Amino acid sequence: MARRSGASWIIVVLAVAIVALAIPFVASGYRLYQGAQVLILAIALLGLNLLTGFNGQISLGHGAFFAIGGYGTAILIVKLGLPYWAAIPIAGVVCYGAGFLFGFPALRFGGLYLALATFALAVATPQILIYKGFDAYTGGSMGLQLTRPQAPFGLRLSGDQWLYLVCLAFAAALYWAASNLVRGRIGRALIAIRDQPIAAEAMGVNAALFKTSCFGVSALYAGVAGGLSAIVVGFVSPESFGLPLSLAFLVGLVVGGLGSLGGMLFGALFIEFVPNIADQLTVSFGESAKALPGAVYGVLLILVMAAMPMGAAGVARAAARALARARAAKVEEDGGADAAANCEGKGESP
Amino acid sequence: MSEFLHLLGSGLALGGIYAIMALALVMIYQATQLINFAQGEMAMFSTYVAWKLMDSGWPYWRAFAATVIVSFIGGLIIERVVVRPFARAPILTSVIVSIGLAFVFNALAGYLYGYSVVSFDSPFGDRPLFGSGYMSAHEAGAVLVSLCVLVVVYAFFRFTPLGLAMRAAAQNPVSSRLVGIRVGWMLALGWGLAAAIGSIAGMMAAPIVYLDPNMMFGILLYAFAGAVLGGIDNPFGAAFGGFAVGVMENLVGAYVVGPEVKLTVALAIIIAVLVWRPSGLFGRRLVARV
Repeated sequence: MARRSGASWIIVVLAVAIVALAIPFVASGYRLYQGAQVLILAIALLGLNLLTGFNGQISLGHGAFFAIGGYGTAILIVKLGLPYWAAIPIAGVVCYGAGFLFGFPALRFGGLYLALATFALAVATPQILIYKGFDAYTGGSMGLQLTRPQAPFGLRLSGDQWLYLVCLAFAAALYWAASNLVRGRIGRALIAIRDQPIAAEAMGVNAALFKTSCFGVSALYAGVAGGLSAIVVGFVSPESFGLPLSLAFLVGLVVGGLGSLGGMLFGALFIEFVPNIADQLTVSFGESAKALPGAVYGVLLILVMAAMPMGAAGVARAAARALARARAAKVEEDGGADAAANCEGKGESP
Repeated sequence: MSEFLHLLGSGLALGGIYAIMALALVMIYQATQLINFAQGEMAMFSTYVAWKLMDSGWPYWRAFAATVIVSFIGGLIIERVVVRPFARAPILTSVIVSIGLAFVFNALAGYLYGYSVVSFDSPFGDRPLFGSGYMSAHEAGAVLVSLCVLVVVYAFFRFTPLGLAMRAAAQNPVSSRLVGIRVGWMLALGWGLAAAIGSIAGMMAAPIVYLDPNMMFGILLYAFAGAVLGGIDNPFGAAFGGFAVGVMENLVGAYVVGPEVKLTVALAIIIAVLVWRPSGLFGRRLVARV
């Protein structure tokens, strides 16, 4: 990717941060809950993007790691009495282990075969969760109930506001970690394995280690997201972790843009709000329009893909390029009048 | 023993349905590397068309033939109108489009025909075959129809110039275009054929699983598993995989674990097989040129 002009990038990040921090003090109740959901989905999408976008391993089964994180957190809190701030990182580490181990058979599969293996994981998850042998831990088809945590240290925040801020802190930290990860040596190795596996190995990249670790880190992200979702929803049940969730992740990933971390926020907004908007149509048209949400969602999905086949990130990149070109053209028009400005302008344009 | 034979028989019947669905998936995958998530919903919609035709008094086989033709044309139109604009987009974009299509067909069927489960007649009746009780007449008929579809598809691709052209277009689009094959139309034909084959799977499945807008979801899943088990680049491997998955699903559900986790166990077995043979049982091993 071309070098980002520093100033405008900082403005974008600051704007997002200010909006994200302002939300808990202007929105409330259900809207705030939705905001927290968006952040949770964005974390899971970041993880999926590390795996699929940067390392080229397709996963149709990240709902499974989300489920392990969610159930892990719930079991640690309900059965072992751990506080939530300890339970979520532990669940994340458990997911790292699960993902790392799943990465080993995944090494042998390419493309579609990996898609099937992960797909199987997504389909099997709800069935394993209701399996009678694990009833004592998972609560069977009833799921597990959690008490929602309150703000600590006597902070004057409602439960919703506090949970939103917890999700925001996790999202920001994990985003920062992911962006450092992909920009450094590890990120270059992951991308090299995606684009030129044989050349990468010839250069001395340990492809097996990087691929399995990438699976692990990706699962860790999904697991932390699942853990946060458990405390925000206050409830885990097998039905919420099925194939539809895994497919929603895939949709969010592609709509946001493969290989773009910032795009994941857009992808999360899409999969949180678009089905909701479609659902509301049913409310306004009455019970006879039961088929409408599915139709609207499907058509929107196709139209969005037609409008931006590379996802939101593709559009943003194209816009940035157009802007840079327009600026360069303007500088050239002004050229001659002020030699110093001309030099400076040329230095800046990529 | 008789229970075993009964399970084997119904497993083969379901397996046949999975096999032809797998064939439909492979047909699109081979040409475009696209997993068509809408395949099941397209088949479901076709089945509703057949049901509607029979409801208005058409005899079974006339409705059957009409449905296959309508599905073929429908598949052709879908490729031209919806799928084609994404030919240059990344493959995952096309996958998302097919998920979108699946939503649309599901909703359309629900809107036009309602969400209540309806029964679907079988042309073979549902009496036990020869009074033995191992297999119902419909199950035997479904196996027979599946085998016929396989033979017809094989003959089409092996012995007709059009089939040859379609294989060429799938394997090497650039060279095919140079020798005068219209590759774009071959892709559209592939979608049409896949839709037609899918509609047969739907009509064979409906008497067993009953007709409702979500009937094909599980079947598509098993078909996908079967296709990958057999080798996604080999149509006959895929069909064999479909049969194998159908039989395995029934036997595992009855003898190894309860029906609640039979899907999980069946999928675990498939993955174990894939670890042993990563390109499926009959798939070609991919060799990269450096």
